[in-house]
Amino acid sequence: MITEAATATFDRLDLDCGATLAPVEVAYETYGELNAARSNAILVVHAFSGDAHAAGEGGWWSSMIGPGKAFDTDKYFVICSNVLGGCRGTTGPGSINPETGCPWAMAFPSVTIADMVRLQKMLIDRLEIERLLAVTGGSMGGMQALEWAVTYPECVAAAIPIATTARHSAQQIAFNEVGRQAIMADPDWNKGDYYGGKPPGRGLGVARMVGHITYMSDDSMREKFGRRLRSPDQFEVESYLSYRGYKFVDRFDANSYIYITRAMDTFDLTQRGSLVSLFEGKRTRFLLISFTSDWLYPPYQSLEIASALRARNCDVAYCNLDARYGHDSFLVEVDQQTEVVRGFLASTFKETAARA
Amino acid sequence: MHKVYGRRDFEIIGDLIESGTRVLDLGCGEGDLLAWLKENKNVDGRGVELVGARVQKAIARGVSVYQGSLESAVEDYPEQAFDYVVLSQTLQETRDPLRVLSGMLRVGKRAVVAFPNFGHYSVRLATMLTGRAPRTKLFPYDWYDSPNIHFLTVLDFEALVHKQGWRLERRIFVAGDRKVTLLPNLMAETGVFLVSRG
Repeated sequence: MITEAATATFDRLDLDCGATLAPVEVAYETYGELNAARSNAILVVHAFSGDAHAAGEGGWWSSMIGPGKAFDTDKYFVICSNVLGGCRGTTGPGSINPETGCPWAMAFPSVTIADMVRLQKMLIDRLEIERLLAVTGGSMGGMQALEWAVTYPECVAAAIPIATTARHSAQQIAFNEVGRQAIMADPDWNKGDYYGGKPPGRGLGVARMVGHITYMSDDSMREKFGRRLRSPDQFEVESYLSYRGYKFVDRFDANSYIYITRAMDTFDLTQRGSLVSLFEGKRTRFLLISFTSDWLYPPYQSLEIASALRARNCDVAYCNLDARYGHDSFLVEVDQQTEVVRGFLASTFKETAARA
Repeated sequence: MHKVYGRRDFEIIGDLIESGTRVLDLGCGEGDLLAWLKENKNVDGRGVELVGARVQKAIARGVSVYQGSLESAVEDYPEQAFDYVVLSQTLQETRDPLRVLSGMLRVGKRAVVAFPNFGHYSVRLATMLTGRAPRTKLFPYDWYDSPNIHFLTVLDFEALVHKQGWRLERRIFVAGDRKVTLLPNLMAETGVFLVSRG
């Protein structure tokens, strides 16, 4: 698989909040080859804690992207970039504020899902791709895929939002707020000013532990841990969560946690009009996928989007896949998902080629 | 919910559907008919199917299918969104057939309805001779495990169309792989109707 990793720099990005970031950097990776017609590009958008490294060794969606996989890199050119506000190469609160020469920390302007997508659009323009074959992602990646379809419909032949929502429910906001409060309650957080010193690892670790619980299901936790003991005074599940929390601190910035979860919580497509009105006249094809055991982004949230699309007579396929691993299913239980995505992409590719 | 399309069924329903139109197939299974219509009639097709495994197969072959019940799904689409709405071998399984038919004629200009004819002589004979709920080639279930909850004949269907003031544009009667012209209520295994709002 041909793989490239790079960083693109742009002079400026105007944000929804009114502030401007200048300059702004985007870390991205690409897999496969762009065809001569530049018609086989797929933008993969990562979920909350992901990064640009989607495929290959250690890639967060390597189960789905690669030669012969759902997003077949022998056929398609796959692009994945780190989101705005992130901490894996794209400009975020840990980046240097050019005016002060110090990290932004909490002085970083607030960012939205729409801002993230605007920056991705700049990257796609830079790569000289006029129209994406597909935009896809799960969870927060699905929100961005929806945002793409609503804001740049002419640039997206197909959208594949997975295990996602048009707006967070109170329950989803609540879990994010617990994470944010855990970070801010850590004395090492120091109002966000910890760069160069000790990061708020305990708070960030606890936030991640809560997150991991919401990504699993009662069933999958029973199967994975049950009541097994790791040591005489520690359950297996406790040890697992501690480990995941501890590992997360190495690769994630606590302030990015705060900024990105805030962007997810404030995302609400219906603020711009009813869902039904947003999809008026859209030619983008949609494939929506939810999972039966996903209680964090329950199927009803995907159904709501599918119903709005059908009310506008848009081309939408929807399936609720039978899965046991809760919200994590889109990352780990990929057999059925692969089958539908592969077929959907192939038919979209065939149709766009016929129209061209 | 057993439904297998033979080539013959495709051709019969395909005959009723003009090329290049928009078609909604309710209870579309694995999307066989829609895939056939797309290939042979350049139709822009959508489907609705309740069973997840069938929906996955349909999407995997490139047909846009929505997983849900056809009764509620038909309510979501805008008025006259389709040229044809197809309901094949499923009418007798719906809880509220009149509501489904009315919904079909709301979202579609025309409805194509195919169903097994309860008036077929084999059904009449089975009932008369055995004195029990009929089990025939057309209705192969025991009464307690049958998905069929409404039993109608082609005469019953035509009477309903008339009562509702709808227009019966075409009707085709089939037994095995041949068309039936004589005594359809007695001889037809399947009735296929093209109905519009009139």
